[in-house]
Amino acid sequence: MPDPVAVRSALQALHQQTNRPWTLMEVCGGQTHTILRWGLDQLLPPGLKLIHGPGCPVCVTPASTIDQALQLAARSEVILCSFGDMLRVPGSRSGAGVSDLLQARAAGADVRLITAPLQTLDLAARHPDKQVVLLAAGFETTAPATALLLEQARRLAVDNLSLLPAHVRVVPAMERLSADPHNQIQGFLAAGHVAAVMGTAELEALVQRHRLPVVVCGFDPLELLLALLACVQLLEAGAPRLVNAYGAVVRSQGNPAARLLVQQVFAAADGPWRGLSPISQGVLQLRHPYRRFDARLRFDLPLPLTAEELGPCRSAAVLQGHCKPPDCPSFATACTPLHPLGAPMVSHEGACAAYYAYRR
Amino acid sequence: MSDSVTRIQLAHGGGGSAMQALIAEEFSRLYADTRHLGLDAAVLTLPHGRLAFCTDGYVVQPLEFAGGDIGKLAVIGTANDLAMAGARPLHLSVALILEEGLPLPLLQRLVASMVQAASACGITIVCGDTKVVARGQADGVFVTTSGIGLIETPRAIHPAAIRPGDRLVLSGDLGRHGLAILAARHGLLFTHVVGSDCAPLWPQIEALLVGGVQPVALRDLTRGGLGCALAELAEASGCDLVLDETALPLAPGVEAACALLGLEPLHLANEGRFVAVLTPREADQALALLAPSGAVLVGAAQPAAGLQPQVRLQTALGSERLLGPWSGDMLPRIC
Repeated sequence: MPDPVAVRSALQALHQQTNRPWTLMEVCGGQTHTILRWGLDQLLPPGLKLIHGPGCPVCVTPASTIDQALQLAARSEVILCSFGDMLRVPGSRSGAGVSDLLQARAAGADVRLITAPLQTLDLAARHPDKQVVLLAAGFETTAPATALLLEQARRLAVDNLSLLPAHVRVVPAMERLSADPHNQIQGFLAAGHVAAVMGTAELEALVQRHRLPVVVCGFDPLELLLALLACVQLLEAGAPRLVNAYGAVVRSQGNPAARLLVQQVFAAADGPWRGLSPISQGVLQLRHPYRRFDARLRFDLPLPLTAEELGPCRSAAVLQGHCKPPDCPSFATACTPLHPLGAPMVSHEGACAAYYAYRR
Repeated sequence: MSDSVTRIQLAHGGGGSAMQALIAEEFSRLYADTRHLGLDAAVLTLPHGRLAFCTDGYVVQPLEFAGGDIGKLAVIGTANDLAMAGARPLHLSVALILEEGLPLPLLQRLVASMVQAASACGITIVCGDTKVVARGQADGVFVTTSGIGLIETPRAIHPAAIRPGDRLVLSGDLGRHGLAILAARHGLLFTHVVGSDCAPLWPQIEALLVGGVQPVALRDLTRGGLGCALAELAEASGCDLVLDETALPLAPGVEAACALLGLEPLHLANEGRFVAVLTPREADQALALLAPSGAVLVGAAQPAAGLQPQVRLQTALGSERLLGPWSGDMLPRIC
């Protein structure tokens, strides 16, 4: 429970110091969730607008990757593992037959929910006659745990474990949004947990390139309000800088050990995010010594190349901050958490799910 | 049974001598009156009046958890459903589906727990059934209980009777059962280890009725927690239910565990809590009667603001949000 006195005092400062209208983007889905959960947007100065960013890794996993996971799960020798939310993300054939991993499981596939990548190592050891495949999604926050798994698998020469990689990188997506001539973003609240791993150097470079203030931001209501206040102060002063408002967790060098591990196992590459066209350096691919753990190579599947349109679902526009979930004609009618059309309705951190839970 | 039998075998459900031995040596203690054993149907002498009748299946994993087990849950859960209809629990049937290989000491612990729970609820077990299925065709033990109770309220308790202005009283803190199950299932080691709140509710309902309070509506908070119970009451009544979030008591550790696991604390299961809807005139008296269990006033019914009745929460920060029912999938088996 946030401290109401501290929150009131932060809100008071925000109201006093906001003299002009500003539009800011909170990048991370966890932050969007807090804003809706606590109704922070109802308490802000009238000119201060928030748009919700694409920072939900489940939401941006391409439908074609889900299709590949379904294809693999259908093979009798495969145990397909992933994190909870991923099991409900619809593939491209939403609505017809088996369109997500939970339906695949109901139809007889061996689909397992895991909470940590290393659990798959144990599964592979216990099922030597099976191929264990991990559908691994996540930002730089979860990539170190996947990298650790692959390093262990390489050391132990495990030959029945592979990865269907869906790791993505946040700052290249912020770069893409900033470069879009139609974007309305005047400042970013950056994802604190990503910065805790990656440090602040690439955010600093983003500030320099686009002359936009960026504030590294935490996830509870007070942390969000203090980051908003810092961002408004920078804007009002006309001083686009990087500010770390999550100093208790984020150091400027990040977590060097985790970064090193990620760099050892993965390389940045161009690739699609769901609903968006390929983002330059926006995804992580396995480096050479780890390629033999790539499920796409092991099972001869193509790389996802293009982004797909999702019919009546406007999740692409939602993920770019062009519209809010209730602006979508499918929101809370054809599209609900039990029958999601787009991934932002699936994940706990998706913007559509947050609006569905807290605001209708 | 012979000392060499340490696990349930298929023969224990076969209807022959092995099953008779199991019933005589393990299950007979469930029955307050052993004359009911061996009959095709229990013959009951019931008081005159209106009866409540309900049934429920129990598949919780793990079978034993902090503060309870599947046996205790199966007796108390059904007795509590009777209590929510304003009925004094009277009699219970118990049907067990056992998986081949179930350790006998575990079954004995569950039976002892059911005996104790029946006594705590004032309910007598009068009939039952046992089946054994091959290994892999069940998950240890499944239990189904059906219960009958005598309704002791002059007016029917039904959410359709809820009117704007009625008060919402919550009988105690939230989240204990759900947290105990989550901790056991995921091997989570919390600093605060809370046990399940699994407990009979009839004593509290009886205290209200004896004290002259007639609840408008009652709902026990089981799967889906307070969120689901209130969503159902809102839907059935056509009223918005508006809660003061700061008044909602969370059990120790619930907030931190839910933040870690990405869960809404108000959707965590409970097995010994209920929400009572009361007229404004009777709310204070109900609070006084339920004070020993930690009951608190948490909100009130209002005319629905939109077409669809909603449960709305006023947050500690002065903003407002929805509290919806949980979709319920991905949920481990909790009851």
